[in-house]
Amino acid sequence: MTIDAHGTHRADSSDARLAGQDGAVPDADWQDENDELVPHAEAHAAHVLDAAAESQLDISAEIAAIGEAYRRELDGGAAPETQPRLDFAPYRSSLLRHPTKSLHHADPETIELYSPAFGHQDVHALEADLTIQHNGEPLGERIIVAGKVLDGDGRPVAGQLVEIWQANAAGRYVHKRDQHPAPLDPNFTGVGRCITGPDGSYRFTTIKPGAYPWKNHLNAWRPAHIHFSLFGTDFTQRIVTQMYFPGDQLFPLDPIYQSIVDQDARDRLVASYDHELTSPEWALGYTWDIILTGSKRTWTENEAYGDAGDDEE
Amino acid sequence: MSKLTPTPGQTVGPFYGYALPFTKDNELLAPGTPGSIRLQGTVYDGAGHPIPDAILEIWQPDAEGNVVQRTGSLVRDGYTFTGWGRSAVGNTGIFTFTTVNPGPTSEGSAPFISVAVFARGLMNRLFTRIYLPENEEALANDPLLGSLPEERRKTLIARRDPDGGLSWDLRLQGPDETVFLDFQGTATGTGAYR
Repeated sequence: MTIDAHGTHRADSSDARLAGQDGAVPDADWQDENDELVPHAEAHAAHVLDAAAESQLDISAEIAAIGEAYRRELDGGAAPETQPRLDFAPYRSSLLRHPTKSLHHADPETIELYSPAFGHQDVHALEADLTIQHNGEPLGERIIVAGKVLDGDGRPVAGQLVEIWQANAAGRYVHKRDQHPAPLDPNFTGVGRCITGPDGSYRFTTIKPGAYPWKNHLNAWRPAHIHFSLFGTDFTQRIVTQMYFPGDQLFPLDPIYQSIVDQDARDRLVASYDHELTSPEWALGYTWDIILTGSKRTWTENEAYGDAGDDEE
Repeated sequence: MSKLTPTPGQTVGPFYGYALPFTKDNELLAPGTPGSIRLQGTVYDGAGHPIPDAILEIWQPDAEGNVVQRTGSLVRDGYTFTGWGRSAVGNTGIFTFTTVNPGPTSEGSAPFISVAVFARGLMNRLFTRIYLPENEEALANDPLLGSLPEERRKTLIARRDPDGGLSWDLRLQGPDETVFLDFQGTATGTGAYR
């Protein structure tokens, strides 16, 4: 694991001065209250100590070097990557949290070939509307996010659980550890759930989330995103990811988005504006389909028709 | 064989705590139910420090080895075993489930619990397994365990506690790094998980 393979990592004292910081590790109490900071467990890693003083230029140079190396591999005939790299040093919190040994190939067995079953007992239909969970209307741009959950063979994933969570329009999460000094919205929690339809479809009504700052480096901002948690027909298809909005200027700067080094793969996380989905006088529409890995199980006819997982037993 | 390219994963981030956990999420059975056991452990990073912002899911057969396909995991009635649960770790990295010992899904097979782990700083979820420590013969014949060297194999086998529960720690990195599983083989591209 190296941060510095391309000589781009350097202490930039001028940036630290600009920030009014001296590069010292913040005190432990402060860290405990600020989750996106260097967590206390990582403060012991020497290369993280000056993370607060690192600039966007430093991080961007590291991202660019990794991207260049990847392009050379592609030119050399390597297969395109489809998933984020677990070892992606520009996201500092990944340094001590990625396996250094190769993932071990395994054929999924028994339980792994099935998913837990969720149904309308588990999720109320109103949970898919994040704008009606309080007494008043939340502030911000009302949007509809809809699409389909499909497996790698294009089969709809029917009757399965979709969970989302997000910041409010000002870029603030309802989370005790989010210390971003942007207003909370008393009418917005930012949590939704739904059960996919027989055609794998899901649909949420919510508010467009704001971008927000985080502490990976100085002046780090996350592009606006909605967290998605998804189940397939096999537990091996389980995925948690983030949906982004088209045209975000923060994409090139964000180490989390950039941890997917392949542009085609990154594009799969970006929703499309969909005027057909836009509701007149009401909400803008964004479409985003999610493709899970292929099911390894031999399907029964009923499952293929989308009966799996519903609560009719 | 897959025809469509899967959507990439992303880190669960730090702010799942008000979204993913739910009431009794880690109680596959009500604590104290006959046959129920505690499954507990700690999630560690590469420096050996507990990770305070990870969340685990387990998915397992029932005590007889049946794969359960019952709804009701999110709104538990206290009686229906659904086989699935979720536990966010606490400040000291500890997770806890109340569940049952999984049974063998076929005669002579080694029972195990399937695990998915998510964490801030972990770019994509990881899968692993927790095997029960008993029945040496079944463990010896297990295809996955048999493909691992001894020092790695042991990371997948739980310890039996004096109270009948199971203890099993998860290490994302380091000398005793847990074995994590790739179910897709080369289908997603060999470079995908570097």
